[in-house]
Amino acid sequence: MATLQLIERIKNFKVPPGLIGPLLITAVVVAAHLSFGILDGWEKFAVALGVAVVTESVLHKIVTGKWRNLSSAYISGNSAGILVRSPMIWPFALCAAISIASKYVFRFRDTHIWNPTNFGIVVMLIIASDSMAVLSIQWGSNMWAMLVIWLVGFLVISKVKLFHICAVYMISFFAFAWLRSVYTGGLFLAEVAPITGPMYQLFVLFMITDPKTTVSTKNGRMLVAFLIALVEMFFRLGEAVYAPFYALFIVGPIALIIDKLWQERKARQIDSAGVKVNNPSR
Amino acid sequence: MTKEVRNKIIVTLIFLFLISIPFGMKKYEEITSDHFDADMEMALERHGFFLEDVTESIGVNFVHRRATVDEKLHHILPQISSVGASVTVVDFNNDGLPDFYLTNSEFGENNALYMNMGDGTFVDVAEEMGVADLNIPGYGASMGSIWGDYNNSGYEDLFLYRWGKPELFRNENGEGFTRVTEEAGLPDHINANTAIWLDYNRNGYLDLFIGGYYHEDVNLFDLSSTQMMPDSYEYATNGGLNYLFENQGDGTFVDVSEQVGLHESRRWTLAAAAADINDSGYPDIILANDYGVDEIFINRNGEYFLNTGHEAGLGFVPKSGMSVSIGDVMNQNSFAIYITNISEAGVLMQGNNLWVPTRQISEDIPRFRNIAGNMGVEIGDWGYAGKFVDLNNNGNIDLYVANGYVSDEPDTDYWYDYARVVGGNRAVIIDANNWPAMNKRTFSGYQTNKIWLNDGAGRFREVARSVGGDLNLDSRSVAYADLFGTGSMDLIVANQHQPVKIYRNHVKPEHNWIGFKLEGTKSNRSAIGATIILHREGNSTRKYVSGGDAFSSQSQRAVHFGVGEEQSIRSVEIRWPSGTVQNIDGLELKQYHKIIEATE
Repeated sequence: MATLQLIERIKNFKVPPGLIGPLLITAVVVAAHLSFGILDGWEKFAVALGVAVVTESVLHKIVTGKWRNLSSAYISGNSAGILVRSPMIWPFALCAAISIASKYVFRFRDTHIWNPTNFGIVVMLIIASDSMAVLSIQWGSNMWAMLVIWLVGFLVISKVKLFHICAVYMISFFAFAWLRSVYTGGLFLAEVAPITGPMYQLFVLFMITDPKTTVSTKNGRMLVAFLIALVEMFFRLGEAVYAPFYALFIVGPIALIIDKLWQERKARQIDSAGVKVNNPSR
Repeated sequence: MTKEVRNKIIVTLIFLFLISIPFGMKKYEEITSDHFDADMEMALERHGFFLEDVTESIGVNFVHRRATVDEKLHHILPQISSVGASVTVVDFNNDGLPDFYLTNSEFGENNALYMNMGDGTFVDVAEEMGVADLNIPGYGASMGSIWGDYNNSGYEDLFLYRWGKPELFRNENGEGFTRVTEEAGLPDHINANTAIWLDYNRNGYLDLFIGGYYHEDVNLFDLSSTQMMPDSYEYATNGGLNYLFENQGDGTFVDVSEQVGLHESRRWTLAAAAADINDSGYPDIILANDYGVDEIFINRNGEYFLNTGHEAGLGFVPKSGMSVSIGDVMNQNSFAIYITNISEAGVLMQGNNLWVPTRQISEDIPRFRNIAGNMGVEIGDWGYAGKFVDLNNNGNIDLYVANGYVSDEPDTDYWYDYARVVGGNRAVIIDANNWPAMNKRTFSGYQTNKIWLNDGAGRFREVARSVGGDLNLDSRSVAYADLFGTGSMDLIVANQHQPVKIYRNHVKPEHNWIGFKLEGTKSNRSAIGATIILHREGNSTRKYVSGGDAFSSQSQRAVHFGVGEEQSIRSVEIRWPSGTVQNIDGLELKQYHKIIEATE
C-alpha cells in the first residue's frame, strides 16, 4: 500500500517550472565536467556564477528596490561559466556581469530583449576577443554522451512546451547545412559537424528557448527559429566561427520588438472592437 | 529627475564601466610596456642583450622542406606535414666547439650537420659524415634528432626519429657515422615527434624514450585508411604509443615500455623532457600531449613509471601540449615546467602553462600550480618550442617561445573550417576526408616569436622587437649554444618549410657567467640527467644536463649559468646520475670548467 502510494507520488511529482532550467543546466554542467572536464576549472565557473548572482541582486535592488528570484541569474552564470574559454579569470566575471547588466539597460516595453548570455558572449567577442574564446570542443570522444544530453534536454524542453523551437531550428540548420555544402562545394558532414558539439547544445537548449526572450505565439517562435538558422547560414558563409550567437543577437531582439508591437496593435484592435460592441452609436 | 530615471542612469553607467574594462586594461598595458624598435645600444642598456641575425654571414643557408604525404591527405597537407624542422646542438668531433644538426623532411632533401670552424663560420659536413641523405621513401621523413653517447665511447652518437623508421648512428671518433639501427634492435616504424636520452635505471648507459604521435600502424606515405586523424580535439585516444628502449650496454636495446608502464595511454605526444623533478635521484618524464592532457611519469627506483599527471595538477584540463621545458624560474633550487599550447584571439584561448612546484603530496609526487598568467608568460600564439635560456646572463632564466603554424597566402584564414570540424563528433573529426581543403589558406601564420625576459621578481616582459628577435616565420624548434665562444647563449631557430635562422647574442659585458662540461665515469659519459646546483650569495639555483627537450630540440651539452654582475660564486654541487654528489668551490667565472665524475 505504502509502495503504491510512493509510486503514485512519484508519478504526480512535478518540478516547479521555475526550477526546470536551473536543474537542467546544473545536471549538464556536473555530468559534463565529471565525465570530460568540460570546464576550464571550478574556480572560473564559480566566479562566473557568483558574479552573475551578485550583479543581478545589486542591479535589481537599485532599479526596483526589491530583491528578486535568482534562478535566471543562475542559468546565465552557468552558461557564461561553460561557454567562456580563457586561461584568465576576469573574462568569466566580465561576461557574467555584462550578461546580467544588459537586462537592465536594453529594455523594450518593460522587458529585456536579448538573451543575457547571448548578449554577454557576443559583446565579449567584440571587446575582448584577444583574451577569450567560446567553447567549441566536443563532449568527450564518443557519441553516447552527446545523445544522452540531447535526449534529456529535449525531454525537459518538451515539458515546458518549447520543443517546437528546437525542432524547427535543428531541421532548418540541417537544411541550410545541405544548402551551404551545395553552394560552397564543401562536405555536408563538415557543415553539420558543429551541431554535434556542446556549444550547440547550450545554444539550442538554453538560449533560443529562453522564455523571457522568445515571442508570444507558437507560429512566431517557429518562424524566429527558422530565421535564426537562416541568418546563421549567412554568417557561416562569411566564415564566422560563432555564427549562431551572432544570428540570435540580431534576430532575437528584432523579433521580440515586432512581437510586442504586434501584440499591442492586436490589443488595441480588440479594445476598439469591444468599444464598438458596447457603444454601437459610435 | 525622477527616481526611475536616476536609477536607469546609474545602471547604464555601471554597464558602460563594464564594457570599458578591456579597453582600460589594454591602455594600461600599452602605457606600462617598454617596447622600442630594435637598437643594439638601447637593448644592451635596458635589457642586457641584443640578437643579431647572422645566418647568411656565417655560411648557413639551410631551408627546411616539409614531407609530402599520401595524396589522400594533400587537401590538408600543410597541417599534416606541419612539423619536422628541428635543430640539435652537439660537439660531434670533440673539438670543444658546438656544432648543430638540422633535419629536413621532404624525400630527397638532405639533413645538415653544420661543423663549427672556430672562426665564426660553419660548414655543412653531413654528407661526408654519412648523416645527410636520410629522407627516403620506404624509410620515412625526418622529424628530429637527439645526441647522446650511448656506448660511452667519448663521442656523441646520433639518434634520428622519423615518421617511419627510427635510426641510430654510431659516432666513429668524430670522423663519420655508422648506421647501427638493426643491430641495436630498434623497431621498424614509429610516427615519432619526440625522443630523449635518459638513464632511467641509472646503470651508466643511456636509454632511449620515443614519443609516438600518429598511430604506429599508420603509414602516412601510403595510407590504408583516412581514419587516422585524432578522434577528439581534447580527449584523443588514438595516438601513437610511447616507447622506452633500455640500453643493454652491448650496443643493443630492449623495448621495456610495457613493463615500466608507458603503454597505458594512446595520447598524441608531441614533446618530452626528463629530469629529476622530485629529488629521488631518478629521472622523471614529462610529456606534452596534443589533443589532451599532459602527463608526468614519476620514476620509481628505475623499475617503473607512475603516471601522476592528475595528482600533480597537470593532468586535468586538456589542451594542445606542444613543448616541455624544465627550469628553475625563480632561483628557488627547484624545477618548474613550461608547456606551450595554442592561443588564437577569439577562437581558441588555451594559454601556455608554467607549472611551479608548490608542495610534495606524497613521498615522491610533487604538486604543481600553473602561474603562467601571474608571471606574464601565458598568452602566446600557436606555440611550439618554449625554451628556458638566460639570454642576458643576469642569472634569471628567460623564455624563448616559437610561434606560428602555417603561413600561406596572406589575408586568408583556415580557422573557420578547422573550428567547425574539431567541434564535431568523433565520427566526423577522425576521418581526414571530412576535413575541408586548406586551399593555400593561412592558418595561425605570420605569428611573431616571443622573447620573455625574466625580471627575477616574478614577472616576465616581452621584448622580442626591442632586442632584434622579431621573427615571424613558422618556427618549430629552438636550441641555444655558445656558438662563438663569447659566453652568451646564441640561438638557432628551425622553421617549418622555411629557412633556419641563427642569432648571435651580444650580452652586456658586465654580466658574468660560468659553464660546466661534465663527463660521467660511473654515470653515462654524456652526464645526461646530472643536476647542477649553483650556490650564490643569497640563493641557489639549479639546471640539469638535458637529453633533449622543448619541441624537437637539444641545446648545448655544457651547462651555462649567468650570474649578473657578481664577481664570484660560493660553490657548485653536482648530483650525478649514479648518485655521486660532488661539491666544488673556488671556480673562476667567465669560463667553462670540465668536470669529470669522481670515482671515489
